[in-house]
Amino acid sequence: MAFAEAMRQINPDVVAAYPITPSTEIPMKFAEYVADGLVDTEYITVESEHSAITACVGASVAGARVMTASSANGVGLMHEIFPIAAAFRAPIVFGLVNRSLGAPVNIHCDHSDSMPERDSGWIQIYCEDAQEVYDTALMSVRLAEHPDVLTPVFVCQDGFITSHCYEPVDFLDDEAVTEFVGSREPRYPLLDVDNPVSYGSFVMSEHYFEIKRNQMEGMENALRVCREVSGELARITGRDYPPVERYRTDDAEYVIVIMSSAAGVVKDVADDLRSRGVRAGCLRVRMFRPFPSEEISEALSGVKCAAVLDRSASPGGTPPLAAEVRSALYTSCCAGNRMPSPVQSFIYGLGGRDLYPGDVESVFEGLSRGEHFLAPRYIGLREGTGGEERGGR
Amino acid sequence: MVSTTSGMIEVRWHGRGGQGAKSASAILAEVLFEGGRHVQAFPEYGAERQGAPIRAYNRISSRPIRRRCGVQNPDVVVVTDPTLSVSANPSEGCREDAIYIVNTPEDASSLRARLGLSDSATVLAVDATGITLEELGQNRPHAPLLGALSHVFSDVSAEDFADHFTRKMKSLPPEALEANRRAIMRGREEAVTV
Repeated sequence: MAFAEAMRQINPDVVAAYPITPSTEIPMKFAEYVADGLVDTEYITVESEHSAITACVGASVAGARVMTASSANGVGLMHEIFPIAAAFRAPIVFGLVNRSLGAPVNIHCDHSDSMPERDSGWIQIYCEDAQEVYDTALMSVRLAEHPDVLTPVFVCQDGFITSHCYEPVDFLDDEAVTEFVGSREPRYPLLDVDNPVSYGSFVMSEHYFEIKRNQMEGMENALRVCREVSGELARITGRDYPPVERYRTDDAEYVIVIMSSAAGVVKDVADDLRSRGVRAGCLRVRMFRPFPSEEISEALSGVKCAAVLDRSASPGGTPPLAAEVRSALYTSCCAGNRMPSPVQSFIYGLGGRDLYPGDVESVFEGLSRGEHFLAPRYIGLREGTGGEERGGR
Repeated sequence: MVSTTSGMIEVRWHGRGGQGAKSASAILAEVLFEGGRHVQAFPEYGAERQGAPIRAYNRISSRPIRRRCGVQNPDVVVVTDPTLSVSANPSEGCREDAIYIVNTPEDASSLRARLGLSDSATVLAVDATGITLEELGQNRPHAPLLGALSHVFSDVSAEDFADHFTRKMKSLPPEALEANRRAIMRGREEAVTV
């Protein structure tokens, strides 16, 4: 709902969407705004997610400001079109409500839908709560359309946990949003017939590589522009969103690195452990693409041991966030900084399984005992062959 | 009974799909939010079948609420259907001094004995089904339960719940709103504490 309200205030030119749980409420609510005449948006109903994102790309390269939303297998069906949107430099803002990918069918949260898109060329921002979803939607319009960036953005939030929770959100006035987001000034709109351009051209090996290199440049600029836009919003709201949130990490010995809604319980447990003399902290990664490697390696430079908690798996490999964090630390070490501390990888919360305070305490306890395992560990998983534990929790 | 001016209060609802436990937990959150508290309300979403047992949760605090997992150790438990006081294991994980608000036609003392609660627990029994059958002609037990909850959250009144319900449900016909208002007030008056 916070994302839908941001959409109403942003008043995009075009929305094309196809509903899927748990993102359904976003296009549903927005369709009401269209029907009630609260927005000027051209709302395109389509027959599939593939068509939805395709219509978004067409409208975006025509010069329109475009938004949409989806989840899970809907995101999966759009997969083919995401790299095309990014390569067209189509600054679409996308409400991605994280839900596990089937099978088995499951409507609840994990990050297995957005993680396969991490190499599609889209910016990925993971939000902790509804307030951050709202604020990030506003900022993402500016970020995506910035001439140094021109890259589409996924605004990720945890399905049901964040998307369906009743909680207070502080909204800006409509006028303040209109002023903050401004209007899109497209660089090479398809509909500018005086300056004709072509999208979707056939490009052989003579030029393809250079076009991709330009695209990577836009992505790399996103970290700087994100800080600028966030600083600008903070002057209006007092809420600042750096790419990485450091919660009591400055003097921490043990740090949990995590994304999205489960950061809250980690912060609660860190406070609790601090009151008992354990120097615990939480490093919340907000921006996953582009990945803020330097900030993360700097934040972890003084810790004894860190744990990275992933809400998705990479079967046969290292879970995505753990892989990035380890890569950042290795890069920092190669640049002449001290040898990194051990980083333990954990997988939690697949298919919406909760992360409880006791789970987080166990992770911190393991870190403080110096436990280290080469393979990822699982949190809250019922191990064994079934039988005796079947049906219990 | 509980003050929301310090610490965090966690509530667990045991209801049945379609009876409105999700809406009632949202109304509780909204009323306390209007009273200046930080709040959360969220159900456990599942296969949403009419009559299937469901759980919903609230957190209420004077400070921003960060944790978002399900409530494991509730301070307050609301049982919205008499049959669930047996099958849903409402005391699971509860604090010893938890407060139970139960929709039941049963005598409060015998209910308390049957639930096997410690001496420090409190039980509020209210025949919410009976009240709404009389006032609305339907089994919609959440209005009287919200009235009973005004005993628990002493910083809001039963009138606050009734006023909020009337504003939120303004599309209902006036007589239905009046009947719900009476049901909320009767829930407060007729709740028996043991």
